[in-house]
Order: sequence, then C-alpha cells, then structure tokens
Amino acid sequence: MTMFQLEFMQRALIAGLLTGLSAPAIGTYLVQRRLSLMGDGIGHIAITGVALGLLTGSAPVLTAVLVSIAGATAIELVRARGKASGDVALALLFYGGIAGGVLLIGLAGQGAATLNTYLFGSLTTVSPSDLYVVVGLAVAVLVVAIGLGPQLFAVCQDEEFARTTGLRVQLLNLVIAVMAAVTVTVAMRTVGLLLVSALMVVPVATAQQLTRSFRSTFVTACVIGVVACLAGIVTSYNANVAPGATIVVLALAGFVVAATIGTLLRRRSRRSLPLEDEEPEVGVPAPEPHVVSAGHPHAHDQQCGHHKVEHGDHVDYVHDGHLHAAHGDHWDEH
Amino acid sequence: MTSPAQDTSGAKAVQVDDLSVDLGGRLVLRGVDLQIRQGEVVAVLGTNGSGKSTLIRTIVGLLPAARGEVRLFGTPVPRFRQWRRVGYVPQRITAAGGVPATVYEVVSSGLLSKRRMFTPLGSAGKQAIDEALEIVDMADRRKDGVAELSGGQQQRVLIARALVSDPELLILDEPTAGVDLASQQIFADAIRERVTRGTTVVMVSHDLGPMDALIDRSVVLRRGRIVYDGPPHASQTHAHVHHSHTGDEPGWLTS
Repeated sequence: MTMFQLEFMQRALIAGLLTGLSAPAIGTYLVQRRLSLMGDGIGHIAITGVALGLLTGSAPVLTAVLVSIAGATAIELVRARGKASGDVALALLFYGGIAGGVLLIGLAGQGAATLNTYLFGSLTTVSPSDLYVVVGLAVAVLVVAIGLGPQLFAVCQDEEFARTTGLRVQLLNLVIAVMAAVTVTVAMRTVGLLLVSALMVVPVATAQQLTRSFRSTFVTACVIGVVACLAGIVTSYNANVAPGATIVVLALAGFVVAATIGTLLRRRSRRSLPLEDEEPEVGVPAPEPHVVSAGHPHAHDQQCGHHKVEHGDHVDYVHDGHLHAAHGDHWDEH
Repeated sequence: MTSPAQDTSGAKAVQVDDLSVDLGGRLVLRGVDLQIRQGEVVAVLGTNGSGKSTLIRTIVGLLPAARGEVRLFGTPVPRFRQWRRVGYVPQRITAAGGVPATVYEVVSSGLLSKRRMFTPLGSAGKQAIDEALEIVDMADRRKDGVAELSGGQQQRVLIARALVSDPELLILDEPTAGVDLASQQIFADAIRERVTRGTTVVMVSHDLGPMDALIDRSVVLRRGRIVYDGPPHASQTHAHVHHSHTGDEPGWLTS
C-alpha cells in the first residue's frame, strides 16, 4: 500500500482520474461527428506549446493549453470551410506542430528525455501547480460536456436540423474543438500527447459495442476511461514503464473483449428476432413494361458497331433511334 | 401554447420574394415568388432537379439567397429567431453518427428551440416527447437505436422530432420517398391532426400518396421557376405527366 502514500503517485492518480473522465467525454462527441483523429492533430500542435513553455521558462501546461486552443480553432475553421484543400491544410498544421515543437525543445537545451515525458506521459512529473491547472481544466471540460450535452448531441447528430432549431451551430462546433484542445492538455501528463487521442476514442469505441443510446455510451466510455487510466498508472508504477502506453494497451484490451462480447450478443439477438414482414415500398419506380422487339434478326455484341449505353446491370444498343437489350433468346425494346 | 400566434397578424407564414439561389455556380432557383398564409397546406411538386428541395432548404435558412429574400412570419430568415415556431423534417436521417442514439434521444433534440442551456429536460418536455412518439406510432421503439430502424420508421422519428416542439409551421422535405405504405398512412394521420389545429404545412414531394387529400394548394417547380400555383387537382396530373416525361410540354401554363 506504500504506493498510494507517495505524494507524486497521489497526484498522478488524481490527474489520471480526471483524464479518464474528460477524454472519453469529449471523445464521444468527436466520434459522433466522425472526427476521431482531431485529438491526434491537436496533440501534435500542443508539442509546440510545451516547447514554447520550456523555452520561455513559463509553465508548459499553460503554453500548451493556449497553443492547442489556437490550433483547434484553426482546425475547426478550416473544417467548416469544407474546402478540398482543408485536408492538406490540416496535415501542414500537424507536421508543423510536431516539427516546431522538437526544434524549440532543442533550442531550449532540453533533450529527448524531457520530450518523452510529454509525448508518453510520466508519473513523477505532475507537480502540485500542474495538478491545480489540470483539475480546473478537467472540471471545465466536464461541466460543458455534460451541461451542454443536449445541444452538442444535436449538433453532432444532425447539424442541419440543429441549425433549424436556432442553435448557434458554428459556435458549438468551436466549443467542441476548444474542449478537445483543453482535454489534450489535461491528458498530457498521464497518457502523453501522442496517445491522448487513443484515450478519447478507444473507450467510446469500446462502449458502443455494448450500448444503444448516446447517453449510455457517454457514461460507459467515461467509466472505461477511468478504469483504464487508474489501472494503467498502477501498472506503470509497478512495471516501471511509461503510463501512456500502459493505459492505451489496457484500453485496447478492453475493446477486444467488448467487441467479442458485443458480436456474440448481437448474433444471439438476431437469431431470436422474428423476421419482419416485407412491406411494399412506394416511390420506387415500377419495372418498365416488357416490350419484345418484333423479329429482330441482328444479334448485338461488343463489336456490332451499334452505339452502346450502360443501363443498370446490362448494356443497351442504340438501334434506329431506340434501344435494344438482350433478354434470354430475344431483344427487348428499352 | 402561451405565445400569441396572432401577434404578427397579417404576416404570411412564408413569404418568398424574387428568390434566386446559387448552388456551386449554378442558378437552381430563379426569381421565385411564393406566399403561404397561416393555416394553408401547400405541396411543392416537381421533377428531380427542379429546385424544390433547394426552395425548402432556403426557406429554413440552410442555404443563402443569392438574390431576393425569404421571410418567416414577417421576419427575414437571416434575422429570424423564433425557430420554435418552425418544425423541419429533412429528407433523410443523417447516416447515424459514429455513436448510437435512441429514438427518444433523437426526438428530444426537437425541443432544443425551447430549451435553455445548462437546464435539464422538464416533465413537460418529457410528456411532449411521449406524445410525439405516440402520434407516429413509435412509442414502443423509444429505446431502440435509430440505426436499427427501417427507412419508414426513421422517417417517422424525424416527423416526431419536428412535431415535439408543437410548431406553427411544419416544413417537410420528401416525407414519403421510399417509405412503406403503413408509415405513409401514419404520417398522413399525424399531419391531418396538425392541420385541424391550424398548423401551416409546406411539403415537397413527387408522390404525395395518402397526403394527397390534405393539400389545399400545389406549387409546381420546373427548372428553378414556379410554373403552376393553384388548386391541387389541376396540378396533380400535370406534375405526374412531367415526372415521366423529361421533355418540355409548353402551353398548359404560362407564367
């Protein structure tokens, strides 16, 4: 039990608890909007923020949160424009973030060892002042993620409908991006910047193997996140490995288990469900009348010289201003 | 409802003046004028590509006007804020997002025009959701994921989501396309019930099915212009003729 009496471990566990709650909370919205990799991009940009802090001698947590909010806002603005070049712009931003970060850390006279503690997390480096910042940021993320739940759900689920209810969709999208940025900074000390996205996405993917509703996915993902974080930190202490890797590997193991159980459950429920009656659909075009071409001696083929027109599953041949299609041993007028 | 519906008395539910809409450099609507009084039930008909969905989407503010303007209850759409008076039913459920959502959850987002932020759903809201689900006959599926439903059932969920806020103006985009007959009938009944309560209804369709009997007036669009605006039955046959023939048939209406 000595582990829990160590002050740095207590701080690491508190930080882990909050990370485990807030990363899947915001991750649920990101996954629903199919922006699973957004956290990854912000994590890359945050490296520059950390480096700026080290270079200027200010707290890396604060510079990281400012730079990642700026980066997340840029990503959201590029995304909202929806331009084809947006994809490339995002890539430039990500690589710029990671390269700039490594460069600045070099200039700050810090080695790879310092950088590693930010990239993959570290138990011993959560200082008391870091902890205050982390607690404050994590609580802010959770208040927004839960308090604005109905609004954020609507925006992520059907953006156009959300707009017709008068919601300020662009503002809420920006709120999601900023919350993701803040979460990256919260998670930086426990899972690290390169794996933070995994903690946003993997618990959600795991939860939805077993859930049907958005709310239960949200809650289950948070529970999974907390368990993975706390168990990962304890394991990391005992095995003396980076906590980030341990947390993510545990979360992935949970996903494999949940996916297996989910598949088995779905297979069973499908077997027990009666088949639904086929209902006639309307609005589907009726089959075209079957008109047989009278006495057509010519057999069309690829080389016959008549112009060919793709028509669903077959080819029509243009013949004297109308279309012929092969049907068994005769030709249909189409 | 407590909100006085007649505060803007005389204002049309929908007023479209000289509206042109540009989609990716192509004029999809050209100089459309349309006025819909409160309480009217209007069908917007036309072939694919005639601009009818564009018209609807511009009316609810999803597309900007290149020229002209749209007013809802007398207020130009960009400044319109009383979205609680409007219920919109899109063509399709958005291919369910990355996270499952239940029927109840989707319908509850219809109440957002009335809800304040950071406040939980009150009992009145819960009751409204229950009633909306009853109307579309989906009360027993409330806990099911929307992704598991058939197309017709999903469309019923979207109707319930629009009805739950008790709107004065209901705007439906192709509510019957690809929907089974049972669902169409449930739809028609739900709309009829609203109409008797004075709701204005605007629906886009090229096949009205059981809704046919409810229509007061039809508007037929062709190539971004209104080519017919009047009693429904004269238009019906024409609209259907045009549906099967792509060529122009001049002469039956001059606008």
